[in-house]
Amino acid sequence: MAETAAPANSAQKNLSLRVSPAAPLGGAFEAGSVKGVVELREVSFLTMVGLRVDRNSDAGQRIAAVTGGLPAASGGVSGTGDTSVLWLGPEEFLVVAPTEAHESLGGDLIQALREALADGAGQVVDLSANRTTFELTGPRARAVLEKGCSLDLHPRVLSAGTALSTEIGNIPVVLWKTGEESFRIFPRASFADFLGRWLLDAMREYASPEVP
Amino acid sequence: MLLISCPNCGSRDETEFHYGGQAHVAYPESPNELTDREWAEYLFYRDNTKGAFAERWLHSTGCRQWFNMLRDTVTYEIQAIYPMGSPRPDAAGKVTAETGTASTAADSTTTGSAAPSIAATSTSPTSSTTAPEGATK
Repeated sequence: MAETAAPANSAQKNLSLRVSPAAPLGGAFEAGSVKGVVELREVSFLTMVGLRVDRNSDAGQRIAAVTGGLPAASGGVSGTGDTSVLWLGPEEFLVVAPTEAHESLGGDLIQALREALADGAGQVVDLSANRTTFELTGPRARAVLEKGCSLDLHPRVLSAGTALSTEIGNIPVVLWKTGEESFRIFPRASFADFLGRWLLDAMREYASPEVP
Repeated sequence: MLLISCPNCGSRDETEFHYGGQAHVAYPESPNELTDREWAEYLFYRDNTKGAFAERWLHSTGCRQWFNMLRDTVTYEIQAIYPMGSPRPDAAGKVTAETGTASTAADSTTTGSAAPSIAATSTSPTSSTTAPEGATK
Protein backbone atom coordinates (compact mmCIF):
# COMPACT_ATOMS: atom_id res chain seq x y z
CA MET A 1 0.00 0.00 0.00
CA ALA A 2 1.65 3.21 1.15
CA GLU A 3 5.13 1.72 0.98
CA THR A 4 4.63 0.44 -2.56
CA ALA A 5 7.19 2.35 -4.62
CA ALA A 6 5.53 2.01 -8.01
CA PRO A 7 1.85 1.04 -7.95
CA ALA A 8 1.33 -1.85 -10.32
CA ASN A 9 -2.20 -0.92 -11.30
CA SER A 10 -4.77 1.79 -10.71
CA ALA A 11 -6.50 -0.09 -7.88
CA GLN A 12 -3.30 -0.21 -5.83
CA LYS A 13 -2.62 3.42 -6.57
CA ASN A 14 -6.05 4.34 -5.28
CA LEU A 15 -5.48 2.31 -2.11
CA SER A 16 -2.25 4.17 -1.39
CA LEU A 17 -4.12 7.45 -1.58
CA ARG A 18 -7.02 6.59 0.70
CA VAL A 19 -7.41 8.43 3.98
CA SER A 20 -9.21 6.96 6.98
CA PRO A 21 -11.97 9.08 8.58
CA ALA A 22 -9.97 10.00 11.71
CA ALA A 23 -6.56 10.22 10.00
CA PRO A 24 -6.28 13.99 10.60
CA LEU A 25 -6.45 13.27 14.34
CA GLY A 26 -3.66 10.66 14.25
CA GLY A 27 -1.12 13.01 15.82
CA ALA A 28 -3.59 14.19 18.45
CA PHE A 29 -4.38 10.58 19.40
CA GLU A 30 -0.69 9.92 19.95
CA ALA A 31 -0.19 13.10 21.95
CA GLY A 32 -3.37 12.58 23.97
CA SER A 33 -2.69 8.95 24.90
CA VAL A 34 -1.28 8.45 28.38
CA LYS A 35 1.00 5.42 28.40
CA GLY A 36 -0.16 2.70 30.74
CA VAL A 37 -3.26 4.68 31.73
CA VAL A 38 -5.48 5.15 28.70
CA GLU A 39 -4.47 5.00 25.07
CA LEU A 40 -6.46 5.74 21.93
CA ARG A 41 -5.71 4.88 18.34
CA GLU A 42 -7.58 4.42 15.12
CA VAL A 43 -7.53 1.02 13.46
CA SER A 44 -8.18 2.00 9.88
CA PHE A 45 -9.79 0.18 6.99
CA LEU A 46 -11.02 -2.96 8.72
CA THR A 47 -13.20 -5.07 6.47
CA MET A 48 -16.82 -4.95 7.61
CA VAL A 49 -19.74 -6.76 6.10
CA GLY A 50 -23.38 -6.22 6.94
CA LEU A 51 -25.39 -9.40 7.13
CA ARG A 52 -29.15 -9.66 7.21
CA VAL A 53 -30.27 -13.24 7.45
CA ASP A 54 -32.41 -15.44 9.68
CA ARG A 55 -29.86 -17.51 11.57
CA ASN A 56 -32.21 -20.50 11.69
CA SER A 57 -32.74 -20.62 7.94
CA ASP A 58 -30.67 -22.74 5.56
CA ALA A 59 -28.91 -19.63 4.23
CA GLY A 60 -28.19 -18.56 7.81
CA GLN A 61 -26.56 -21.88 8.57
CA ARG A 62 -24.49 -21.75 5.39
CA ILE A 63 -23.28 -18.26 6.36
CA ALA A 64 -22.60 -19.41 9.93
CA ALA A 65 -20.33 -22.10 8.49
CA VAL A 66 -18.28 -19.39 6.74
CA THR A 67 -18.07 -16.95 9.67
CA GLY A 68 -17.80 -19.52 12.46
CA GLY A 69 -21.31 -19.08 13.84
CA LEU A 70 -23.83 -16.27 14.16
CA PRO A 71 -24.48 -14.85 17.65
CA ALA A 72 -27.89 -15.63 19.10
CA ALA A 73 -28.74 -12.61 21.24
CA SER A 74 -27.88 -9.03 22.11
CA GLY A 75 -24.24 -8.59 23.05
CA GLY A 76 -23.16 -11.82 21.39
CA VAL A 77 -19.95 -12.11 19.39
CA SER A 78 -18.94 -15.22 17.49
CA GLY A 79 -16.40 -16.04 14.86
CA THR A 80 -13.22 -17.92 14.11
CA GLY A 81 -9.65 -16.68 13.93
CA ASP A 82 -9.53 -12.98 13.18
CA THR A 83 -13.06 -12.82 11.75
CA SER A 84 -15.75 -11.83 14.25
CA VAL A 85 -19.51 -11.49 13.93
CA LEU A 86 -21.28 -8.95 16.12
CA TRP A 87 -24.98 -9.14 16.91
CA LEU A 88 -26.82 -5.98 15.82
CA GLY A 89 -30.40 -7.22 15.66
CA PRO A 90 -32.42 -10.45 15.61
CA GLU A 91 -31.61 -10.91 11.92
CA GLU A 92 -28.78 -8.40 11.51
CA PHE A 93 -25.07 -8.94 12.07
CA LEU A 94 -21.80 -7.11 11.46
CA VAL A 95 -18.77 -9.10 10.32
CA VAL A 96 -15.45 -7.51 11.30
CA ALA A 97 -12.31 -8.85 9.65
CA PRO A 98 -8.76 -7.62 9.00
CA THR A 99 -8.03 -5.20 6.16
CA GLU A 100 -6.57 -7.97 4.01
CA ALA A 101 -9.89 -9.80 3.91
CA HIS A 102 -11.33 -7.13 1.61
CA GLU A 103 -11.68 -8.08 -2.02
CA SER A 104 -9.73 -5.00 -3.16
CA LEU A 105 -6.69 -6.56 -1.46
CA GLY A 106 -7.33 -10.04 -2.78
CA GLY A 107 -9.40 -11.34 0.15
CA ASP A 108 -12.28 -13.70 -0.52
CA LEU A 109 -14.43 -13.19 2.62
CA ILE A 110 -17.18 -11.12 1.01
CA GLN A 111 -17.38 -13.38 -2.02
CA ALA A 112 -17.56 -16.44 0.23
CA LEU A 113 -20.42 -14.87 2.20
CA ARG A 114 -22.27 -13.98 -1.01
CA GLU A 115 -21.92 -17.52 -2.25
CA ALA A 116 -23.12 -18.88 1.10
CA LEU A 117 -26.23 -16.71 0.97
CA ALA A 118 -26.85 -17.73 -2.66
CA ASP A 119 -30.54 -17.18 -3.38
CA GLY A 120 -31.61 -17.35 0.27
CA ALA A 121 -33.54 -14.45 1.82
CA GLY A 122 -31.10 -11.88 3.16
CA GLN A 123 -28.30 -9.48 2.36
CA VAL A 124 -24.52 -9.45 2.25
CA VAL A 125 -23.30 -5.86 1.91
CA ASP A 126 -19.74 -4.54 2.00
CA LEU A 127 -19.84 -1.88 4.74
CA SER A 128 -16.09 -1.39 5.15
CA ALA A 129 -16.39 2.34 4.49
CA ASN A 130 -19.42 2.81 6.75
CA ARG A 131 -17.64 2.83 10.10
CA THR A 132 -14.13 3.33 11.36
CA THR A 133 -12.62 1.67 14.40
CA PHE A 134 -11.22 3.27 17.53
CA GLU A 135 -9.27 1.21 20.01
CA LEU A 136 -9.34 2.49 23.59
CA THR A 137 -7.11 0.56 25.99
CA GLY A 138 -5.75 0.89 29.49
CA PRO A 139 -6.95 0.71 33.07
CA ARG A 140 -8.81 4.04 32.70
CA ALA A 141 -10.59 3.12 29.44
CA ARG A 142 -13.80 2.27 31.28
CA ALA A 143 -13.73 5.55 33.21
CA VAL A 144 -13.38 7.48 29.94
CA LEU A 145 -16.35 5.71 28.35
CA GLU A 146 -18.51 6.13 31.44
CA LYS A 147 -18.47 9.87 30.87
CA GLY A 148 -20.72 9.49 27.87
CA CYS A 149 -22.23 6.01 27.85
CA SER A 150 -25.14 5.07 30.07
CA LEU A 151 -24.63 1.30 29.83
CA ASP A 152 -23.31 -0.43 32.93
CA LEU A 153 -19.69 -1.00 31.91
CA HIS A 154 -18.61 -2.59 35.18
CA PRO A 155 -16.88 -5.95 34.55
CA ARG A 156 -19.47 -7.81 36.62
CA VAL A 157 -22.11 -6.79 34.07
CA LEU A 158 -20.18 -6.27 30.83
CA SER A 159 -17.75 -9.09 30.27
CA ALA A 160 -15.02 -9.18 27.65
CA GLY A 161 -16.26 -10.45 24.31
CA THR A 162 -19.52 -8.49 24.39
CA ALA A 163 -20.58 -6.04 21.71
CA LEU A 164 -23.53 -3.70 22.11
CA SER A 165 -24.84 -1.01 19.86
CA THR A 166 -25.55 2.05 21.95
CA GLU A 167 -24.66 5.73 22.33
CA ILE A 168 -21.37 7.29 23.40
CA GLY A 169 -21.19 11.07 23.66
CA ASN A 170 -24.73 11.19 22.23
CA ILE A 171 -23.78 9.55 18.93
CA PRO A 172 -24.74 6.02 17.90
CA VAL A 173 -21.85 3.55 17.98
CA VAL A 174 -21.18 -0.15 18.35
CA LEU A 175 -19.13 -0.76 21.50
CA TRP A 176 -17.17 -4.00 21.64
CA LYS A 177 -15.33 -4.98 24.78
CA THR A 178 -12.45 -7.01 23.37
CA GLY A 179 -10.50 -7.54 26.60
CA GLU A 180 -10.61 -6.68 30.29
CA GLU A 181 -9.15 -3.24 29.62
CA SER A 182 -9.65 -2.77 25.91
CA PHE A 183 -12.60 -1.58 23.91
CA ARG A 184 -13.25 -1.20 20.22
CA ILE A 185 -15.64 1.55 19.24
CA PHE A 186 -17.22 1.68 15.80
CA PRO A 187 -18.59 5.15 14.97
CA ARG A 188 -19.92 5.95 11.52
CA ALA A 189 -17.32 7.68 9.36
CA SER A 190 -19.00 11.07 9.56
CA PHE A 191 -18.97 10.93 13.37
CA ALA A 192 -15.34 9.80 13.63
CA ASP A 193 -13.88 13.28 13.99
CA PHE A 194 -16.41 14.29 16.63
CA LEU A 195 -16.02 11.11 18.67
CA GLY A 196 -12.23 11.26 18.37
CA ARG A 197 -12.18 14.77 19.82
CA TRP A 198 -14.76 13.83 22.43
CA LEU A 199 -12.62 10.90 23.61
CA LEU A 200 -9.46 13.04 23.65
CA ASP A 201 -11.25 15.56 25.84
CA ALA A 202 -12.49 12.82 28.16
CA MET A 203 -8.95 11.37 28.41
CA ARG A 204 -7.26 14.66 29.19
CA GLU A 205 -7.66 14.59 32.96
CA TYR A 206 -5.71 11.32 33.23
CA ALA A 207 -2.56 13.01 31.86
CA SER A 208 -2.29 15.16 34.98
CA PRO A 209 -1.23 13.80 38.35
CA GLU A 210 -4.16 12.63 40.45
CA VAL A 211 -5.43 15.21 42.90
CA PRO A 212 -5.57 13.60 46.33
CA MET B 1 -35.40 10.25 31.26
CA LEU B 2 -37.43 7.11 30.68
CA LEU B 3 -35.68 3.79 31.00
CA ILE B 4 -37.30 1.64 28.32
CA SER B 5 -36.94 -2.12 28.34
CA CYS B 6 -36.36 -3.21 24.76
CA PRO B 7 -37.58 -6.80 24.16
CA ASN B 8 -34.26 -7.63 22.48
CA CYS B 9 -31.67 -5.51 24.27
CA GLY B 10 -32.93 -4.92 27.80
CA SER B 11 -33.14 -1.58 29.58
CA ARG B 12 -31.80 1.39 27.64
CA ASP B 13 -32.10 5.15 27.78
CA GLU B 14 -35.05 6.83 26.13
CA THR B 15 -32.62 8.68 23.80
CA GLU B 16 -31.86 5.41 22.00
CA PHE B 17 -35.49 5.11 20.90
CA HIS B 18 -37.80 6.81 18.45
CA TYR B 19 -41.48 7.33 19.05
CA GLY B 20 -43.84 5.88 16.46
CA GLY B 21 -47.20 7.32 17.47
CA GLN B 22 -50.40 5.55 18.37
CA ALA B 23 -50.44 1.78 17.96
CA HIS B 24 -53.21 -0.36 16.46
CA VAL B 25 -54.31 2.13 13.79
CA ALA B 26 -55.40 -0.32 11.13
CA TYR B 27 -54.94 0.47 7.45
CA PRO B 28 -58.41 0.87 5.86
CA GLU B 29 -59.65 -2.28 4.21
CA SER B 30 -60.66 -0.51 0.99
CA PRO B 31 -58.83 2.84 0.89
CA ASN B 32 -60.25 3.73 -2.53
CA GLU B 33 -63.77 3.85 -1.18
CA LEU B 34 -63.03 6.32 1.60
CA THR B 35 -64.17 9.90 1.36
CA ASP B 36 -61.59 12.64 1.82
CA ARG B 37 -62.82 13.17 5.34
CA GLU B 38 -62.47 9.48 6.22
CA TRP B 39 -59.00 9.35 4.69
CA ALA B 40 -57.98 12.42 6.70
CA GLU B 41 -59.34 10.78 9.84
CA TYR B 42 -57.18 7.74 9.15
CA LEU B 43 -54.05 9.76 8.39
CA PHE B 44 -54.14 12.54 10.91
CA TYR B 45 -56.66 11.95 13.69
CA ARG B 46 -55.27 10.22 16.76
CA ASP B 47 -56.48 9.67 20.28
CA ASN B 48 -55.39 12.14 22.91
CA THR B 49 -55.67 9.82 25.84
CA LYS B 50 -55.27 10.71 29.45
CA GLY B 51 -54.16 7.46 31.05
CA ALA B 52 -53.03 4.19 29.51
CA PHE B 53 -52.02 4.72 25.89
CA ALA B 54 -50.78 2.09 23.42
CA GLU B 55 -47.98 3.41 21.25
CA ARG B 56 -45.23 2.21 18.93
CA TRP B 57 -41.51 2.60 19.61
CA LEU B 58 -38.39 1.87 17.59
CA HIS B 59 -35.06 1.00 19.21
CA SER B 60 -33.22 3.01 16.59
CA THR B 61 -29.68 2.96 17.98
CA GLY B 62 -29.91 -0.62 19.21
CA CYS B 63 -31.53 -3.57 17.48
CA ARG B 64 -33.59 -1.35 15.11
CA GLN B 65 -36.76 -3.31 15.85
CA TRP B 66 -40.26 -1.95 16.46
CA PHE B 67 -42.34 -2.88 19.48
CA ASN B 68 -45.53 -1.74 21.20
CA MET B 69 -45.68 -0.15 24.61
CA LEU B 70 -48.54 0.61 26.96
CA ARG B 71 -47.67 3.80 28.79
CA ASP B 72 -49.59 5.99 31.18
CA THR B 73 -49.59 9.48 29.72
CA VAL B 74 -50.05 11.02 33.18
CA THR B 75 -47.52 9.14 35.30
CA TYR B 76 -45.27 7.91 32.47
CA GLU B 77 -45.48 4.46 34.02
CA ILE B 78 -44.69 1.77 31.43
CA GLN B 79 -47.39 -0.84 31.98
CA ALA B 80 -46.54 -3.35 29.27
CA ILE B 81 -44.21 -3.98 26.36
CA TYR B 82 -45.46 -6.38 23.71
CA PRO B 83 -44.60 -7.37 20.12
CA MET B 84 -45.92 -5.69 17.00
CA GLY B 85 -49.07 -7.31 15.71
CA SER B 86 -50.31 -8.65 19.02
CA PRO B 87 -53.43 -7.16 20.62
CA ARG B 88 -53.34 -4.62 23.39
CA PRO B 89 -52.75 -6.62 26.58
CA ASP B 90 -54.82 -4.61 29.07
CA ALA B 91 -58.58 -4.45 29.59
CA ALA B 92 -59.09 -1.87 26.84
CA GLY B 93 -58.32 -4.47 24.20
CA LYS B 94 -61.08 -6.78 25.41
CA VAL B 95 -63.77 -4.48 26.78
CA THR B 96 -64.23 -2.82 23.41
CA ALA B 97 -65.47 -5.95 21.67
CA GLU B 98 -68.33 -6.39 24.13
CA THR B 99 -69.31 -2.77 24.51
CA GLY B 100 -68.71 -1.69 20.93
CA THR B 101 -71.23 1.11 20.75
CA ALA B 102 -70.08 2.65 24.00
CA SER B 103 -66.48 2.92 22.87
CA THR B 104 -67.46 4.28 19.45
CA ALA B 105 -69.26 7.08 21.20
CA ALA B 106 -66.21 7.75 23.32
CA ASP B 107 -64.06 7.76 20.21
CA SER B 108 -66.27 10.17 18.34
CA THR B 109 -65.86 12.69 21.13
CA THR B 110 -62.10 12.66 20.66
CA THR B 111 -62.34 13.24 16.92
CA GLY B 112 -64.72 16.16 17.15
CA SER B 113 -67.62 16.05 14.69
CA ALA B 114 -66.82 12.66 13.24
CA ALA B 115 -69.83 10.62 12.27
CA PRO B 116 -70.17 7.25 14.06
CA SER B 117 -69.73 5.34 10.79
CA ILE B 118 -66.34 7.00 10.23
CA ALA B 119 -65.16 6.10 13.67
CA ALA B 120 -66.12 2.51 12.99
CA THR B 121 -64.08 2.24 9.80
CA SER B 122 -61.08 4.25 10.81
CA THR B 123 -60.25 2.41 13.98
CA SER B 124 -59.88 -1.29 14.55
CA PRO B 125 -62.02 -2.87 17.28
CA THR B 126 -58.96 -3.35 19.48
CA SER B 127 -57.65 0.17 19.17
CA SER B 128 -60.43 2.34 20.52
CA THR B 129 -59.56 4.09 23.71
CA THR B 130 -62.11 4.08 26.44
CA ALA B 131 -62.86 7.10 28.52
CA PRO B 132 -63.76 5.05 31.62
CA GLU B 133 -60.28 3.58 31.74
CA GLY B 134 -58.60 6.94 31.57
CA ALA B 135 -60.92 8.09 34.34
CA THR B 136 -59.82 5.29 36.63
CA LYS B 137 -56.22 6.51 36.60
